[in-house]
Amino acid sequence: MNFSSTDQYIVSPQLQLAVNAAVVLQKPLLLKGEPGTGKTRLAEELAASLQAPLLRWQIKSTSKAQQGLYEYDAVSRLRDSQLGSDKVHDISNYIKPGKLWQAFTQDQRPVLLIDEIDKADIEFPNDLLHELDQMEFHVYETGEQIKAQQRPIVIITSNNEKELPDAFLRRCFFHYIQFPDADTLAQIVQVHFPNIKQRLLDKALTAFFNLRDVANLKKKPSTSELLDWLKLLLVENIAPHQLEGSAASLPLLGALLKNEQDTQLVEKLAFLSRRRD
Amino acid sequence: MLVEFFFCLRKHGLKTSITELLDLLTALEHDMAACDVEQFYHLAKLTLVKDESQYDRFDRAFAEYFSGVEQVDLAQKIPADWLQRSIQRHLSDEEKAQLQGHGGLKELLEAFTERLAEQQKRHAGGNKWIGTGGSSAFGAYGFHPEGIRIGQTGSNQRRAVKVWDQREYRDLDSEQLINHRTIQMALRSLRRFARSGAELELDLAQTITATSAKAGLLDLQWQRERHNAIKVLILFDVGGSMDDYIYECQQLFAAARNEFKHLEFYYFHNCLYEQVWRHNSRRFSEKIPLTEVINRYSKDYKLIFVGDATMGPYEITHPGGSVEHWNEEPGIATMQRVLNHFSKSVWLNPQPFERWHWHHSIGLVQEIMGGRMYPLSIDGLNRAIRSML
Repeated sequence: MNFSSTDQYIVSPQLQLAVNAAVVLQKPLLLKGEPGTGKTRLAEELAASLQAPLLRWQIKSTSKAQQGLYEYDAVSRLRDSQLGSDKVHDISNYIKPGKLWQAFTQDQRPVLLIDEIDKADIEFPNDLLHELDQMEFHVYETGEQIKAQQRPIVIITSNNEKELPDAFLRRCFFHYIQFPDADTLAQIVQVHFPNIKQRLLDKALTAFFNLRDVANLKKKPSTSELLDWLKLLLVENIAPHQLEGSAASLPLLGALLKNEQDTQLVEKLAFLSRRRD
Repeated sequence: MLVEFFFCLRKHGLKTSITELLDLLTALEHDMAACDVEQFYHLAKLTLVKDESQYDRFDRAFAEYFSGVEQVDLAQKIPADWLQRSIQRHLSDEEKAQLQGHGGLKELLEAFTERLAEQQKRHAGGNKWIGTGGSSAFGAYGFHPEGIRIGQTGSNQRRAVKVWDQREYRDLDSEQLINHRTIQMALRSLRRFARSGAELELDLAQTITATSAKAGLLDLQWQRERHNAIKVLILFDVGGSMDDYIYECQQLFAAARNEFKHLEFYYFHNCLYEQVWRHNSRRFSEKIPLTEVINRYSKDYKLIFVGDATMGPYEITHPGGSVEHWNEEPGIATMQRVLNHFSKSVWLNPQPFERWHWHHSIGLVQEIMGGRMYPLSIDGLNRAIRSML
């Protein structure tokens, strides 16, 4: 198999190599990069291109590693015992498989996305070391041993909010998704808006990269913001010449800058440059 | 197989392990990079480097090993040993006056490139060639009014009592060097849990009571989860003598940022005066009055000073003692006002404990803090945190 760009999603050759290596060598692939560079999309596209099921485990600050394996619902068993249900005699009725368990028992080799792993507690990745390495775990309540029939393709994303432990990193491949250059970005836009006029696209991309170059922005606009913005430009029927001039006068700027301070900063800079003229 | 390459990486300070090397070899066995250096480069990067901040090091190591990649950085072309610290020359004022500027920056750069082309050997202590400790316009650790500084870390002539020029202070970047888990583990002991948020946790005691009240029919009771309710305010000393401890401070800052939900921080220089600031790059335009800080944060915030407390004693004891501005009140008065407001406070000092008695000012600050100054080591941190609980 060979993962490559689809008509929905453009991958760089490096990322392509990384994904293929992870698939062939059956290692988890850790992806980092600016928000909005398509880390999560990658897993979706990969699953689609392999026609494999996608299991998405969204990590939150309250997530525990155990939840990915299974959860024992003691409370509902207690309640059932009160109501005299027959289910109560079999403990396995109350074991709920987590995402890892589901991934291990799929008929077809699935793609398991562990999204935003850095959101969790710092011990979270360490608790998953053995499970991701050996792809098996023990269920204490029933004495079962769950072992992967085939090793799932594991994609892990991180937004760099917390440092991940070394032992965990050693078990992964690592790829940092770079922000795409102008050509790649133009390709990406073509994929999403095949009918966009070249002149509008050129102007929009220039304005976009100028905006990204503004120093000290809290959140630089990324690919997904660009796509939203272009969609708005098309809907509002903005003419290319309206995209000329300073960054602050760009139409629908709110789609690119999500931060009030950033907007103020850009306006201030535009004001200064006007005064200089 | 690639053992030399592996050691070359380690020499450049990459923490690559044998497991990762084996991964690379397995990948090569699977023909992932068939006879293509570029593919091999990406594959090696994928398997051996686990942090984007290490990419640059990897690139340099790779270039060195395969020695086909041109290095364009001028400063890197100069062998590092030329610039290593050698005997510092002390110049008299007369000599300094003799050294005239070399014209503008452009001329200086041109002359530098020329000189670089001429020069072939290491040089130290003279006044023409590029090297260390001399009075040529090029090199490090020396004196020349318009010199180009190469490969020097920190400011060399910092014993001056007045900071004459407005030097730029480096921000403590939370995105760097977060890997010091020990600091984080130490900070973890600074916890006071309080229940907040949605009711998600089973309250066992209440459940038993309620169930008994219903004659044994289960009645579940829920309560809110516990979260760390500790609030922390950190005041960092930056610039000057603190240049030496930037690494330690970054680690502390990064770890604290991860650990506490309520973390506020401000910067000051040498001693706390009536103003602090939030961003080092905008420190002269955006000063925040200290009274505002005191009013904004309630007294249950834990106050942590981070600073080496190394300064002239009058910077603490006298009005107008500040090296940067005229302070109406002596530093000691400002310090006391803050300490009176916040009920728990400590001072973390990155200077090694053995050196504390060398500086009179450390003793002064120690006195103001009521003895709650601790060295910025894991042990010191643990003791500091215990004193705040």
